[in-house]
Amino acid sequence: MTQIFGEPVHRREDARLTTGRGRYLDDLGNDAAAVAFVRSPHAHARVRDVDVTAALDVDGLLGIYTYEDLSGPLADPLPLLIPHPALVAGRTGYPLANGIVRHVGEPIAMVVATDRYVAEDAAALIDVDYEPLPVVVGIDAARRATHLVHQDVPDNVGARLVQENADVVAELERAPHRLSFSQTIERSASMPMEGRGVYARWDAEDRSLRVYSSTQTSTSVRAAIATKLELSPGKVEVVAPDVGGGFGVKIVHPWPEELLVPWAARLLGRPVKWVEDRREHFISSAHERGQLQEITAGYDDDGRLLALDVRIWHDHGAYTPYGIIVPIITSTQLLGPYKPRAYRCTVDSVYTNTVIVTPYRGAGRPQGCFAMERTMDRISDALGLDRTEVRERNLIRPEEFPYDHGLTFQDGRPLIYDSGDYPECLRLLRELVDWDGFESVRAAAAAEGRTVGIGIACYVEGTGVGPYEGGHVQVENSGRVLVSTGLTSQGQGHETAFAQIVAQELGVLLDDVVVTTGDTRRFGYAVGTFASRAAVMSGNAVALAARNVRAKALRIAAEALECSPEDLDIVDGTVQVRGDPSSAIALATVAVLSNPLRYAFDDAARAATQFAPRSDPSRPPVDDGDAPGLESRDYYSPIRSTFASGMHAAVVEVDRETFEVRILRYAVVHDCGTLINPMIVEGQIHGGVAQGVGGALYEVMHYDEHGQLLNASFMDFLMPYATEVPHIETAHLQTPSPLNPLGIKGAGEAGVIPGSACLASAIEDALGVRIAAMPVSPSDLFELLATDPERTRSGSA
Amino acid sequence: MSPEQQRPVTLVVNGVGHRVTIPVRRLLSDAIRHDLGLTGTHVGCEHGVCGSCTVLLDGRPVRSCLLLAVSVDGAEITTVEGLAGADGTLHPVQQAFTECHALQCGFCTPGFLLTIAAGLEDNPAPTEDEATELISGNLCRCTGYQNIRRAVLRAAELRRSGAAG
Repeated sequence: MTQIFGEPVHRREDARLTTGRGRYLDDLGNDAAAVAFVRSPHAHARVRDVDVTAALDVDGLLGIYTYEDLSGPLADPLPLLIPHPALVAGRTGYPLANGIVRHVGEPIAMVVATDRYVAEDAAALIDVDYEPLPVVVGIDAARRATHLVHQDVPDNVGARLVQENADVVAELERAPHRLSFSQTIERSASMPMEGRGVYARWDAEDRSLRVYSSTQTSTSVRAAIATKLELSPGKVEVVAPDVGGGFGVKIVHPWPEELLVPWAARLLGRPVKWVEDRREHFISSAHERGQLQEITAGYDDDGRLLALDVRIWHDHGAYTPYGIIVPIITSTQLLGPYKPRAYRCTVDSVYTNTVIVTPYRGAGRPQGCFAMERTMDRISDALGLDRTEVRERNLIRPEEFPYDHGLTFQDGRPLIYDSGDYPECLRLLRELVDWDGFESVRAAAAAEGRTVGIGIACYVEGTGVGPYEGGHVQVENSGRVLVSTGLTSQGQGHETAFAQIVAQELGVLLDDVVVTTGDTRRFGYAVGTFASRAAVMSGNAVALAARNVRAKALRIAAEALECSPEDLDIVDGTVQVRGDPSSAIALATVAVLSNPLRYAFDDAARAATQFAPRSDPSRPPVDDGDAPGLESRDYYSPIRSTFASGMHAAVVEVDRETFEVRILRYAVVHDCGTLINPMIVEGQIHGGVAQGVGGALYEVMHYDEHGQLLNASFMDFLMPYATEVPHIETAHLQTPSPLNPLGIKGAGEAGVIPGSACLASAIEDALGVRIAAMPVSPSDLFELLATDPERTRSGSA
Repeated sequence: MSPEQQRPVTLVVNGVGHRVTIPVRRLLSDAIRHDLGLTGTHVGCEHGVCGSCTVLLDGRPVRSCLLLAVSVDGAEITTVEGLAGADGTLHPVQQAFTECHALQCGFCTPGFLLTIAAGLEDNPAPTEDEATELISGNLCRCTGYQNIRRAVLRAAELRRSGAAG
């Protein structure tokens, strides 16, 4: 049997995606009516009146809807998806504004017309009368609480979360050394190349809906639509077609549009589609990252971190539909591969009149990593120790697994690391980037008048959070193997990776396996694709289902071949006696035999009919506990998350004239357990690193004091091009997870997590300045070098 | 409100002429996608920055979201659907993208493919720096560009060896 699992096989998605045959949301429903929204131009205002008179004359207008038109559950606030005891003042918006708007971009009216141009014409003619209200922008304004985002939340604090595993105050007092500092991380956003979009078709005779959404969770979108539109879930199908990137923003649901578009399709009795434009994506979807952190660390003479007390203010925007998952993750994943004796993290999650904040790849981890890794660098500096040496002394050792931090993770389960080898990871990284040889690189550069520096950052990422995913595997009579799982795909190559798993488990050719994801018609139970969980969750689920199918195939084949199942193996789709390949039966035939028939619909099916020789009159055709068909459905539900890890190092050069930062080298050592497809994992790392570079050097959401997003376009929000992303050198460590049958850990978010921390470390090393805000621009560096009082570093400045 | 002004136009896409009457304000990207049904051309920003909507206009890469369809009457347009040979043989750059894992979600991919295909006509043997330069006007949020750069070099190699296309 050829090895398929673990091989860098080329992706099966690519044949259609490289030839223009992908089916993304806006590629569907060319005949559908189009939607445009009137969105608030104010960050905080009372909507006094919506006058649609002028829009009514537009040729091709089909309807205009405001909050007044909504009824029943649709008129209620949008769901608060993840309640948490600490979220004492959770607030969500309405599908269309109900009297008050709380950020620029909040939808007020929905226009449906024959095409998008016409819909936008009509939207432009709708006259909304606003009474502007005082605006809260930024964490400082939220904390001052001079003005309020929600009148019934008097301090603008939605949640105060405390994570604590020991008496941090006592440990700090006992510690030989202490240091304190504060720092900020700016907002960025997922910014997938395809925005959101929804297309709905109502079948009036069947009273059923089919909805396509560019989502990271089709099953939950279905549940939300069924609830809000008062339909039986069985009457709602939701399909995620090809999705042009997600990175977190598309896990939020139901977006207002995911309810309003199906609602309009039912109301109008015709297909309706809305496709987000880029400006809408900037001002109406979600952002992430923005935090202020105050850190106090106690440590000993060797640089061992004894106590860490972290105070965080997290800007969650105008509403909290996704709860406080981001600060929960920051406050737990901050610990990274280290083990302070005492740790406390207190987070205030605050309201501002800005776009909502929900997970973007990394989901709070880059901020946590920034806090911890900057602490490690500061301890190293204070003691005059090498930065890798201090980290080494603080690492959890391989023999300490499972390691229990005594905290609660984002899945509500204990924060217990399952496995890893952090010292080996660090050793590999030092080797890969030649950490020990860097001083000669620095000296050589200095001799040429160039300024270079090296940085490092380490992280641990909880991946594969529950509650569960399922998989279905079915062998058709043709021998083709159909695999489905409920979670969705946004470019991770699931059609390939899950096919590799099933082909290996079942013993069939990769080409015979066809994978479907994110289609409630095929698999109705699922959670979604987020938190680096798809490979762990659905990978194991389809593996378990494939093992069931294999066992059943061997049983049926053993009867047909009159041997014991233990004597059989499945090789390239043929069940054969081990050591005697001539005694064999095709898996396709086994599939036929698995379904006892009365009617022979083709020649192959004759073998399964009731007068065929195989029929045993002493037993019922379908035995007790058996089921017709060569198929199985199974689920994987982990006891808790599995923890991947990695370390990055960067070498940067800072131009002393322009203060432009050029990344000369970027090295990654990564451990996500057993690899299904190393090519795909590498690709995930590359993409993550690019987003890390963006967050470290370029990407920021510029809000002015009125809550206007000043850079809501690709002209002004600077995402990295090929010229900004360095060549990435990678090495893999494979520490299997003991928690799941395949030993895998998630890989999706890893690349982005240490980006800001690693590049800050490298720039500090180059210039000898202290960086306390990310991203860092050339202007920032110029200012820092002119004013920084802490220029105590030994860098070449 | 007065109906939109319409105008007949001939869009020659992938060697096939289409006579359509369309509103004068319709973007070329929308005309290709919605009037001709060629949805391989993607729209990522509608302000000419991301490059997803790149098509070839008389062999030169252009942003189809920045052009009015009526302005390209009669010009030869190539979209991603026209890259492969008539017999379905992939263009070298299409083959290289699969080999090098140069795409993930695939949304930006058509714009890259056409940009690179045209670039290799001008410079059949780019260096690594030239490959970076060639793709530096297109945004990709998934790949980090490393494998796209590799695919440029691989496509050039395939193209020179005549192994594909």
